[in-house]
Amino acid sequence: MTQAAPTAPCRLQINGEDYDADLPPSVTLLDLLRERLGLTGTKKGCDHGQCGACTVLVDGRRVKSCLMLAVSLPDAQVTTIEGLSRKGRLHPMQQAFIDFDAFQCGYCTPGQILSAVALLEEGHIRSREEIREFMSGNLCRCGAYNGIIDAVEHVVAQRQRDEAGEAA
Amino acid sequence: MRSFSYSRPASFDEACRVPERTRFLAGGTNLIDLMKSDVERPAHVVDLKSLSMDQIEELPDGGLRLGALATNAGTAEHPLVTGRFPLLASAILAGASPQIRNVATNGGNLNQRTRCHYFYDPDMVCNKRSPGSGCSARGGRNRIMAVLGTSESCIATFPSDMCVALAALNAVVRLRGPDGERAVALRDYHRLPGETPWIDNVLQPGEIVTSIDLPSVSFGEHYTYLKIRDRLSFAFAIVSVAVGLDMESGVIRRGCLALGGVGTKPWCVPEAEALMRDRPPSHSLFRDVAECILEGAVADRDNAAKLKLAPRVIERALWQAAEGTPQSQTCKTIR
Repeated sequence: MTQAAPTAPCRLQINGEDYDADLPPSVTLLDLLRERLGLTGTKKGCDHGQCGACTVLVDGRRVKSCLMLAVSLPDAQVTTIEGLSRKGRLHPMQQAFIDFDAFQCGYCTPGQILSAVALLEEGHIRSREEIREFMSGNLCRCGAYNGIIDAVEHVVAQRQRDEAGEAA
Repeated sequence: MRSFSYSRPASFDEACRVPERTRFLAGGTNLIDLMKSDVERPAHVVDLKSLSMDQIEELPDGGLRLGALATNAGTAEHPLVTGRFPLLASAILAGASPQIRNVATNGGNLNQRTRCHYFYDPDMVCNKRSPGSGCSARGGRNRIMAVLGTSESCIATFPSDMCVALAALNAVVRLRGPDGERAVALRDYHRLPGETPWIDNVLQPGEIVTSIDLPSVSFGEHYTYLKIRDRLSFAFAIVSVAVGLDMESGVIRRGCLALGGVGTKPWCVPEAEALMRDRPPSHSLFRDVAECILEGAVADRDNAAKLKLAPRVIERALWQAAEGTPQSQTCKTIR
């Protein structure tokens, strides 16, 4: 007789919606999103924390969802690429990726965009060099790096203009 | 991944009383990867994150206590660390990627396993993964392997950047286990492989790293972390050097130095550090220091380049520290 795999409670908010279920503890956040919730915008690339395609935000900070157990994140707020747009309008970073040709095949793009959104909050955006260094956890096999950095720089500049406008 | 039970203990006492085949989970960035690769096969995973060990606080003697569960990113960006221990911040930022550093913890950094590719490949023999099975790295593809502290049974490097800086800073690891608390110097925390390479460090069953304490001597001005690797970012060190110099009127009062990427543990040689005491920086002094620290280094099939590279990186790092021009981890040009 085989023994049933043990489960543990998993309670999360994903893109603002509550999720509450018992899961086998071996289910990663990535597999929860893709396989159980159908949120396939988050991509599985290497599944070993190296490529960054699975990047999502947990409590506002960027993480690799392939290296997190879903049951180990009680009450966490998870944001995936599906949760970035507001009222049908793309997030400025999503729009900038389109405008600056920041992808070719698009597989790394959701992870790149979430990483870049977190980067803005972290503030490691003082130079092109710094943006490159702090985007190094996201690989792009098509080599769209120049477009990606252009897109991030554009949003940084846009934000600075908006903030200057608000202050004026 | 194989199935396992998962629990979140409410207290240390509960956490320390663990059955066999238990692994403690902190950030999990290494453990979960190893479980996916079938290298780690725990029956029980005990999640430590509910134990409050994530603070960074000043100690009465002017040192700093880094909670074991504080994240690498939270540590590297903490004002007390960037302001007073920039060597540590620099070494942390030289490692991994932002997403990993956001999750990986200080305690986990100490307890991560080697990245020897034979260790990760269950189809190859490896004494560290499977005691007594043999070492595929010896005589194998071993360009990345260690040249110091090796044994017949293992030549794997310890991969951390952070621990190299912690060794240079003479950090102390605080532990709590079923028999109470104790403190171990970071330099004594990791073990040489010897005949038992599967034992990475002095941690006993049920014991947990609670904090890492930094002594008050912080080398806030004359320091550097210089890391040479195959890619400019998100790659493990081929050779790395952490240096802290306490200087007064152009003379080194005390010098501390540790190497990464070349040893089976963070590599420190007190005799090499003692050579610098009360001496002004000079090429001949730094050459002597490099020679002393690399004494006994032995290359295997593919890693002889480390024997030539390491002294050059040591000397360059010592000059960076002496001149107060630490290596930037953003601009990778080496000056």
